[in-house]
Amino acid sequence: MTGEPVVLARGVRMSYGDTEVLRGVDFSVAPGEVSCVIGPSGSGKSTFLRCVNGLEPVLGGSLRVLGEEVGHTLRDGKYHPWTPKRFAEFRTKIGMVFQRFNLFAHQSALDNVACAPIHVAGMPGDQARELAMEHLARVGLADHAHKRPHQLSGGQQQRVAIARALAMSPTLMLFDEPTSALDPELVDEVLEVMKKLALDGMTMVVVTHEIGFAREVGDTLTFFDEGVVVEQGPPADLLAASKHPRTKAFLSSVL
Amino acid sequence: MRTEPIIGPSGEAVPVARTWHWGRWLAGLIALAVCGWLVGLVVANPRLDWGAVLHYLFDPLILSGIVVTIEISILATVLGLVLGVFLAVMRLSHNPVLQWLATLYIWFFRGTPVLVQLIFWYNLAFLFPELILKIPFTMIGLKWDTNQVMTGFTSAMLGLGLNLAAYFAETVRAGIQAVDRGQTEAAYALGMTPGKRMRVIVLPQALRIIIPPTGNEFISMLKTTSLVYVVAGHDLMTNASQIYKANNLIMELLIVASLWYMLMTAVATFLQGRLERRFGSDAVRLVRGGGLAARVLPRQPKPEVTR
Repeated sequence: MTGEPVVLARGVRMSYGDTEVLRGVDFSVAPGEVSCVIGPSGSGKSTFLRCVNGLEPVLGGSLRVLGEEVGHTLRDGKYHPWTPKRFAEFRTKIGMVFQRFNLFAHQSALDNVACAPIHVAGMPGDQARELAMEHLARVGLADHAHKRPHQLSGGQQQRVAIARALAMSPTLMLFDEPTSALDPELVDEVLEVMKKLALDGMTMVVVTHEIGFAREVGDTLTFFDEGVVVEQGPPADLLAASKHPRTKAFLSSVL
Repeated sequence: MRTEPIIGPSGEAVPVARTWHWGRWLAGLIALAVCGWLVGLVVANPRLDWGAVLHYLFDPLILSGIVVTIEISILATVLGLVLGVFLAVMRLSHNPVLQWLATLYIWFFRGTPVLVQLIFWYNLAFLFPELILKIPFTMIGLKWDTNQVMTGFTSAMLGLGLNLAAYFAETVRAGIQAVDRGQTEAAYALGMTPGKRMRVIVLPQALRIIIPPTGNEFISMLKTTSLVYVVAGHDLMTNASQIYKANNLIMELLIVASLWYMLMTAVATFLQGRLERRFGSDAVRLVRGGGLAARVLPRQPKPEVTR
């Protein structure tokens, strides 16, 4: 785990109107690292994740992802804001998985996965569907390729969503509470897929409430509260002996 | 209502008594009587020549009017739909100028009566005697006589189409806004540009909400075309009026026109029902990939039972 960080946040600030959501976040992720983020709801962890791929604008500080300042390019002594097209290009390198799956409702599972290769990468349809089939097989859903999202269980939908994000061969994967909308018995099948992905060496940032997953798979665990990083460290250390009272209070409420 | 006997307190089956809804019967009879009387007044009216109605029902002028009415309806609806989608996208864009222009357009065309718009287009020659389309600062271009271009037919099509666009824009906007915000986020996260997200992800899903009202718009358009009468568009109503102006059989020809409008509406309603069944149900069935038509047109799932 060496080299330039994939994500490097220094004093990142963001607000919705007058409400400050991020108040100076310092955070970094090394290549190949699985970084788990926990914290109470409203702590800004999801917002931060959405800043990483530019779905929310960073309003202060510096956020460098994959070697670029998100949303701006330095040229002639000034930072120039990105065009929507530039944002789109940037996001092809980052996969994102949402809490509510957000599968395209009018497309089959296969078409969901093949969508970005066809419409973003310009891959021929047959080739894209072949690729999509491989990705669906990887998440164990080859048999459900032609079903529509509403015909799949929550766990299956989320696995399709992961396959869809992987279809563009991203170098970084973001997970925004991927199991929070699932029935308890469906959580494991999704975590299993994520674990496999981590073992394959994918760089991952996972916002989650699954402490067990963080302990087993995570390389680092970060605790967010009130828009800042309160504590960060190896999961085992943080879970066993956190130094900060707010971390302790949160952990005792979820464990 | 229960017909099966009830087991009584002593264990035997007791039949259920029949209820007579006297009030319902009475109200129904009164309503029927009033309607029958009113219809009778018209049908049995000695001044009404039913023979003439039958005679003019298949008059060549009436039949050609029907064709024109259908043509104007279809062309104006298509114009309205295409323009309406553009207006809706403009209204939802982040460009304040486009937003404002679309709002202005919608306000203007909803704020003025269709009748006024029709007469305006028909008399465009007063403002622009010639329509000129040319490359600026050159003499290369095309020129038309406005009176030849703005016939009753074209002004009807333009007037009705531009007017429908204003109403339809609001339908499309509602359809687009009804598509879950998460779909847009997922599209962006996969690296789509705003335009691609709209075409590939949002509009196909908005169709499910947009399509059913278009049927209503078309049905309403079939009848609104009768306004074309004021600009002599040779539609059903214009032609019917030409006949009754000559022979004074006003009521008879209005009945002829009404019968045809009712038939057209019935056919359109039937088609609308099919359209809604295809789109309104559980999911939108759209062809995957393919060209623009494949993206916009629904694909019928293979019928399992043939009717």
